[in-house]
Amino acid sequence: MVRLFGPLVGLFFAVALLWSFGNGAYNAATQPTPPTAEKLFHMHPKEVAFSFDGAFGTFDKAQLQRGFKVYQEVCSNCHSLKQVAFRDLAQLGYKEAEVKAIAKNWGNKAQTFDPKTGDRGDRPNLPSDHFPPVYYAGQGNPPDLSLIAKSRHGGAQYIHSLLTGYTDQAGYKNEAGEELLKKFPDAKTPDGLYFNPYFANLNLAMPQPLTSDGQVTYSDGTKATVDQMSMDVAAFLTWTAEPKLDKRKQTGWPVLGFLLAATVLAYLAKRNV
Amino acid sequence: MSFPWANEYKPTNPLMQWVDNRLPLPRFVYNAVGAGYPVPRNLNYMWNFGVLAGFALVLQIVTGVVLAMHYAANAGVAFDSVEHIMRDVNWGWMLRYAHANGASMFFIVVYTHIFRGFFYSSYKAPREMIWLLGVVIFLLMMATAFMGYVLPWGQMSFWGAKVITGLFSAIPLVGTPLQQWLLGGFAPDNAALNRFFSLHFLLPFVILGVIILHVWALHIPGSSNPTGVEVKQESDTVPFHPYYTAKDGFGLGIFLMVYCALVFFAPNLLGHPDNYIPANPLSTPAHIVPEWYFWPFYAILRAFTSDFMFIPAKLMGVLAMFSAILVWFFLPWLDTSPVRSGHYRPLFRKFFYLLVVDVLVLGYCGGAPAEEPYVMISQIASMYYFLHFLVILPIVSSVETPQPLPFSITEAVLGKDEHATLAPATPAVA
Repeated sequence: MVRLFGPLVGLFFAVALLWSFGNGAYNAATQPTPPTAEKLFHMHPKEVAFSFDGAFGTFDKAQLQRGFKVYQEVCSNCHSLKQVAFRDLAQLGYKEAEVKAIAKNWGNKAQTFDPKTGDRGDRPNLPSDHFPPVYYAGQGNPPDLSLIAKSRHGGAQYIHSLLTGYTDQAGYKNEAGEELLKKFPDAKTPDGLYFNPYFANLNLAMPQPLTSDGQVTYSDGTKATVDQMSMDVAAFLTWTAEPKLDKRKQTGWPVLGFLLAATVLAYLAKRNV
Repeated sequence: MSFPWANEYKPTNPLMQWVDNRLPLPRFVYNAVGAGYPVPRNLNYMWNFGVLAGFALVLQIVTGVVLAMHYAANAGVAFDSVEHIMRDVNWGWMLRYAHANGASMFFIVVYTHIFRGFFYSSYKAPREMIWLLGVVIFLLMMATAFMGYVLPWGQMSFWGAKVITGLFSAIPLVGTPLQQWLLGGFAPDNAALNRFFSLHFLLPFVILGVIILHVWALHIPGSSNPTGVEVKQESDTVPFHPYYTAKDGFGLGIFLMVYCALVFFAPNLLGHPDNYIPANPLSTPAHIVPEWYFWPFYAILRAFTSDFMFIPAKLMGVLAMFSAILVWFFLPWLDTSPVRSGHYRPLFRKFFYLLVVDVLVLGYCGGAPAEEPYVMISQIASMYYFLHFLVILPIVSSVETPQPLPFSITEAVLGKDEHATLAPATPAVA
């Protein structure tokens, strides 16, 4: 029975697949799908190095503090950071008093609700509070940045590339030398959007956030170029997405060392048997 | 059942004798995975993967039970509760990464175990029942892994749930009501999340039960071996303990090193970034892809792009995807060659390696976006997949001339010397 019906079922699926394949090939030959602007002009993130790359990489606390400052002065106007608590900033090397002060002076206040009177109000943030929600008056919904580095292909490299990738669409050419607006006249960026070849569909709603050198004043004397600020905030957002990165790698090496020793012992035990 | 020369459990400690007389559990373990289980002496490292799969299941249960203590199965807070585990639960990040990558390791091990079975025809008589139970375990694993992936309630969780339950909507007449019944709504939401969590907690224990049957069935004929020649005499076997406990211990060490390298240094390598975006029913991801271990089957599902006769393409894809696994149930009767091991089957061996490449190609296409040339490649590869099991295998097994088999396992190991072939012939009890 199996030997009779088996080949029949197999041939049934094979013929159906051949039919799909034939239709697909016919369509591809008669009406080939034209390449899209996104396909030809979307850029992969720039290959830049970060201190936390690789199995030995760790966060650079000074860089994270600078990145936090960029977030505080620029990004936090529109983007929330709800998974992170003020107390977590102690991991960046801030003292307890500094964390308290940062929380207390944070622009958006913690929301309160009194169940007895029904009154809503606000109070200064405490270190135990998470970063408060951000009210955004414009159109759209700026994404929460807590996990942005882990939720995009390329992570920190992508953030850096996006922040430094804004460019004039007129005359923009890709690496193959094709000019976008000549090849796709319809692909002109609509009003209210901004052209950026590192963004998946080339046009994004966020205007260029880091526009000029010195936009943020670093307290450690580092020169705040746009490139420097974008690297710092990319590092900071990697920390917000993966705060345990250092601990994870520090734990990993002893674990692997122990397992290596145990495996060698197991191998010797096996040879012995 | 065992061979007559198996060691017998003889406790010397009076306490163990007392226990053995009342509940012979130590005797049971001794006979199952101890010195009382005679195993062919020629097993290679491919025979480590059964034990490793069992270990991976235990790892998943242990990490999973602890994760469940901190996770909240509610669509409103599930995503944040996972982030709470990652940030505020002591060592929570390690537990979660261990659980997520543990699933990947479980599948790597089980796929190797299954392909070991293909190459050495481990499914042939008298081991059909072991094989059938193994396919059941694999199906249960797929269901469990799918539901587990939904729990973090990220974008891929939500849309994966929508796509996979959508498969049932391809069934004529009852399809759409069936999908709504499975989800408890028109789209994945709190009801779906809650039942998936409940089932994700339950199914591993069902798997454990089927594994017990799988191992029980294994102990009836005993383990197969790389020559495919049955055990004939005492010199063909060695006791499981210490010979294979030691070998498995070494294999386990290698397994754990690969696993820990993933957990500690590349925990998100095998995941998809979109699952760190909270589920949003109003925003469809550009490419919905399942976890890597479903990619070969996902490629088969998507390979059917045209309606065939009166059958809609979607239904064809669903039928083919399920058939791709169900066909394994029939393997013992599709491959009728009397020779088991691929070592002695030159033609079969060539097609086996072709199948390995084919499944890897399918996996690659399943992870790629649904556009050309991946669709056409996966159509060709799916075609080979079905032809291999249902047409090529029966033909090969009837036309092929196998190479001569060794007389016994001992001869295969020690060569054809007098000592090996003239060993006192103890009749094996079948």
